[in-house]
Amino acid sequence: MKIAVCVKEVPDAAVHKRIDPETKRLDRSGEGALNHFDTQAVEEALRLKEAQGEGEVVLVSFGPASALDSLRKALAMGADRAVLVSDESGAGSDLVATSRALGAALQREEADIVLFGQQGSDSDGAVLWAAVAERLRVPVISQVAELEVGEGKLKGKRQTEFGYDVIEAPLPAVVAVSDAINEPRYPSLKGIMGAKKKPQETMSLADLGVDEGSVGEAGSRTTVLALADPPPRGDSQKIEDDGSAAEQIVEFLAGKKLL
Amino acid sequence: MIAVFVEHHEGQLQRGSLGVLSKAVTLGEEVAAVLLGPGTKELAREAGRFGAQKVFVAEAPELEAPLPQPRVDALAQLVGEQDIDTVLFGASVLASDVAAGLAARLDAGLNWDLVEIEASDGQLVGKRPALEDSVYVDVGWTSEPRLALFRPGTFDPAESGGEAQVEELTPTFEEFSTAATMVEQAHEESSGPSIEDADVIVAGGRGLGGPENFSLVEGLAKALGGAVAATRAVVDAGWYPYASQVGQTGKTVSPKLYIACGISGAIQHKVGMQGSGNVVAINKDPNAPIFEFCDLGVVGDLHEIVPKLTELVQQRRAG
Amino acid sequence: MRPADYPAPFSAREFMAEPTDPPDERIEVGILIVGAGPAGLACAIRLGQLVQESPELAERLGDVPVAVLEKGKQPGSHIVSGAVVNPRGLRRLFRGQKQIADMPFYGEVEAESVYFLRAKTALRIPTPPTMKNHGNYVASLSQLVRWLGEQAEEAGATILPETSAERLLVQDGRVLGVRTGDKGRGRNGQPLPNFEPGSDILARVTILCEGTQGHLTGIALDTFGLEGESPQVWALGVKEVWKVERPLRRVVHTMGWPLRAGAKYREFGGSFIYPMGEDMLTLGMVVGLDYRDAELSVHDLLQELKTNPLVRRMLEGGERVGWGAKTIPEGGFVALPRRLHAPGLLLCGDGAGMVNVPALKGIHYAIESGRLAAEAAVDALRPGRTPWAPGALGTYDEAVRQSFIWSDLKAVRNMRQAFGRGFYLGGMLAGAMTASRGAFPPGNMRTERDAEQPILRSGRSRRYPAPDGKLIFDKLSSVYLSGNRTRDDAPNHLRVQTRVPEELAVLWDRMCPAQVYEASNGNVEVTPSNCVQCGAITAKGGRLTPPEGGAGPEYTLT
Repeated sequence: MKIAVCVKEVPDAAVHKRIDPETKRLDRSGEGALNHFDTQAVEEALRLKEAQGEGEVVLVSFGPASALDSLRKALAMGADRAVLVSDESGAGSDLVATSRALGAALQREEADIVLFGQQGSDSDGAVLWAAVAERLRVPVISQVAELEVGEGKLKGKRQTEFGYDVIEAPLPAVVAVSDAINEPRYPSLKGIMGAKKKPQETMSLADLGVDEGSVGEAGSRTTVLALADPPPRGDSQKIEDDGSAAEQIVEFLAGKKLL
Repeated sequence: MIAVFVEHHEGQLQRGSLGVLSKAVTLGEEVAAVLLGPGTKELAREAGRFGAQKVFVAEAPELEAPLPQPRVDALAQLVGEQDIDTVLFGASVLASDVAAGLAARLDAGLNWDLVEIEASDGQLVGKRPALEDSVYVDVGWTSEPRLALFRPGTFDPAESGGEAQVEELTPTFEEFSTAATMVEQAHEESSGPSIEDADVIVAGGRGLGGPENFSLVEGLAKALGGAVAATRAVVDAGWYPYASQVGQTGKTVSPKLYIACGISGAIQHKVGMQGSGNVVAINKDPNAPIFEFCDLGVVGDLHEIVPKLTELVQQRRAG
Repeated sequence: MRPADYPAPFSAREFMAEPTDPPDERIEVGILIVGAGPAGLACAIRLGQLVQESPELAERLGDVPVAVLEKGKQPGSHIVSGAVVNPRGLRRLFRGQKQIADMPFYGEVEAESVYFLRAKTALRIPTPPTMKNHGNYVASLSQLVRWLGEQAEEAGATILPETSAERLLVQDGRVLGVRTGDKGRGRNGQPLPNFEPGSDILARVTILCEGTQGHLTGIALDTFGLEGESPQVWALGVKEVWKVERPLRRVVHTMGWPLRAGAKYREFGGSFIYPMGEDMLTLGMVVGLDYRDAELSVHDLLQELKTNPLVRRMLEGGERVGWGAKTIPEGGFVALPRRLHAPGLLLCGDGAGMVNVPALKGIHYAIESGRLAAEAAVDALRPGRTPWAPGALGTYDEAVRQSFIWSDLKAVRNMRQAFGRGFYLGGMLAGAMTASRGAFPPGNMRTERDAEQPILRSGRSRRYPAPDGKLIFDKLSSVYLSGNRTRDDAPNHLRVQTRVPEELAVLWDRMCPAQVYEASNGNVEVTPSNCVQCGAITAKGGRLTPPEGGAGPEYTLT
């Protein structure tokens, strides 16, 4: 069984994430790290492989060449191989363009299951899986908190605002796991040391037969126009309790239609 | 024409999408609501009350379960057949998947997590927060159709319209779109609203004085129909479980109302709730940092104020 | 009452072990370096050069010739320094292969000034000769170390980040390697679902480059009786990095306020303000941990410093973008270990106390010591030799004694101790020492343990300025800015007694720049996840042990 996990490097400046005022996009020039939610997807893939007793876990990512370093952590956890789609023309790709590049790489892999983590912590991710499933023309289940794989099909427990659903789909399928799915393992030292030796491919868009004009800023259908400060909190009031604080709070809430 | 994907659950149109519909009406174009699934013919009239001039419904069996991919088929077909240049969604587990699938299907631009949208000179400009709500970004589209996904609960529903023209669709579905099947639907989880989904959160910090005083927080949360959250300090001290921790090393929440009881407002906590719509803080220390970023700050004894507040809220809701 | 009256519940034996992993689970490397800081990476780079020159050395060292363990998220994550770097060590290390221009420096020192401060004034005084920085370069050491890490990897070293070295593996009196720390334990030490035990890493030679308060270094000094003639003492440095509107064009040091000159306070130290290119600068406060006032808080002294008009002007319109804290060994020459080697073991850098206090320099010594350690290790691995034979690694000690590390430290060996007598008297003695190049006074002045200083209280904390979130900040905001996201349920890695007299609790509460300790009702409350691993607690009666690998700050600009 082949399981592909879509992972993404995000800037790891632990505190000082910033938007580049020139490109108006997230400044990715700092050190990169693996997106935490993606490690949960990797963990789930490893568990599925271990439960089946055989299989291959392939990491697929779309980003700059330096992203290979971050992929190594996932290889250290136990993934078998990594494929990085990297192309200069890919910078600034939006959802549609990114799903195109990832879709092409995943098509080549022909995985039985494609896993995604819950969301990109760099404010870019969040809905990529449905777009990728569309490119691959396979079923998709998202917000999966529990996943079971059987003969040629899988069953996922999807968490929604109303409770949970249980959804079944035939393989191949795309699954986006929720952050409730598991606690990822720490890579063992042997895993870390062995990661470098595992196969890591870098492919360009041309290698995948994807037209450069269909990714990057050129291939994106959305654009970033400007940055601004968040709207000020509005008039902030501060009162001292003279015995009527509770009433004043109620008045405040009523005024804001919060009651 | 702007199309709005309006969700329904157990025979009720969802507030979130009705809010988006109400907003769409202000953008100056013809607005159509799209209702997909069982029983939508009956709900169409209500969509009209919230401003839709047209309502497209489809009750095909493939749409019976709340699964995203058949809805992509239906919407894609609709966009292809009608003069629709914009499709708006209020984010939900279902709507988000539909929006993204549709974007890929139509090769259309999707901007998500929007909290505002404006029409100016025939252009649409959306606003979205970024970097833990510390910065706002203006975003646009370079082609049509334009797809937009709004943060849950961004707009309030407002009745504005009258009668809508209802049209029934007969979509055709792709094989892969209908491959997934619903085995069990919408089992309620045992507990109340999770803090990530709650519209109202009442949070407790060290100022409570002791774990037993969390009952005050719980009482107020219950009266308001909200969830209970806790700061790192009290979770560390064992006063409340980690699942309720809000902050840098806990959860990030953005409810409409966040009431902070006995919380000083250290930055580690602030980053977990600064996206909240309204923040009310009750703390007896007038210099607590939380007073720098709340909408209503109350300097006083929470042990007196919170029970009184709970009672007043209960009265108001009953009456 | 002194902190030493309440010693930490800690024993070195706990952190020594024999290998226990079965042979197929052990990890064997050629040479193991603990700490990816300037010393460790210089060592790795030098080893890479030597391995390149000698294929049979490469063969002898095996599949993983050089491994570097780093407890931070990546090299640089736990690095804090000023820093104005003397390029001597780097030039000798790279031997022309890389130039200073290739390295991430913020420029050569253009000019410098020294000020004597009072609350509202700054009096320029002549730069003491020990502090002249002509020919030196300003750096963020964290950034420089990241660059060194890349060089080390290119040279063939395997860097293992997020890996703590918890125990020294010793058998039959020789060091076999280290055991790494466990991961995935809960607050009470219980294994969590993703528990991952540590591993035994065995190596022919183990080189400890752990920096200040080096954990295994301390274990080794104890186990092998290597402590120097005088106990080690430390200072605590707390610094910030600011984005500023106007570039600072000189290196600035200050003395005097906000420290008090009276001998009873024993407040030795000062501040530094260094330019970082066109739009940033860094400023920090360094204070000896032999201070006595329970209410002294170096973190808050730095905040107070910023209210002086000279400093405030430099920061006007700017924004704080970085923060860090770390101790610096200040014992100097007299506190150096009496031997820097043991069977199978070498000690380098700040861990061994190689810091020139009056010049505020230690980085180039760390780099040089790393380089020399590499050469000694390779020498001891020549065919027919074993690194654990008595004296086999002694060539390292000889090399260090012949080097500028030794001669520099010897010349200034008594200066720090002189300031134990108060600022003015100390200053006079220091002047005499400089003029005589260390010949006067003859002999070596002893240091006294920081934890043995009696505690006094003065109400000092009343004068700390209130945080305003723009110029003056509170400790929790600083911890946040360090990038510390340690999980809350991690086990407590700090060994302190928790039922202590109020003055001691207050001392720790104020001392810790990360607000780990809180004095409350005859108890000390400990919040270990705040800890940025500066090491101050070890100087003042407790003991810092390495937390889970990857925990702690994620410094980038410090």
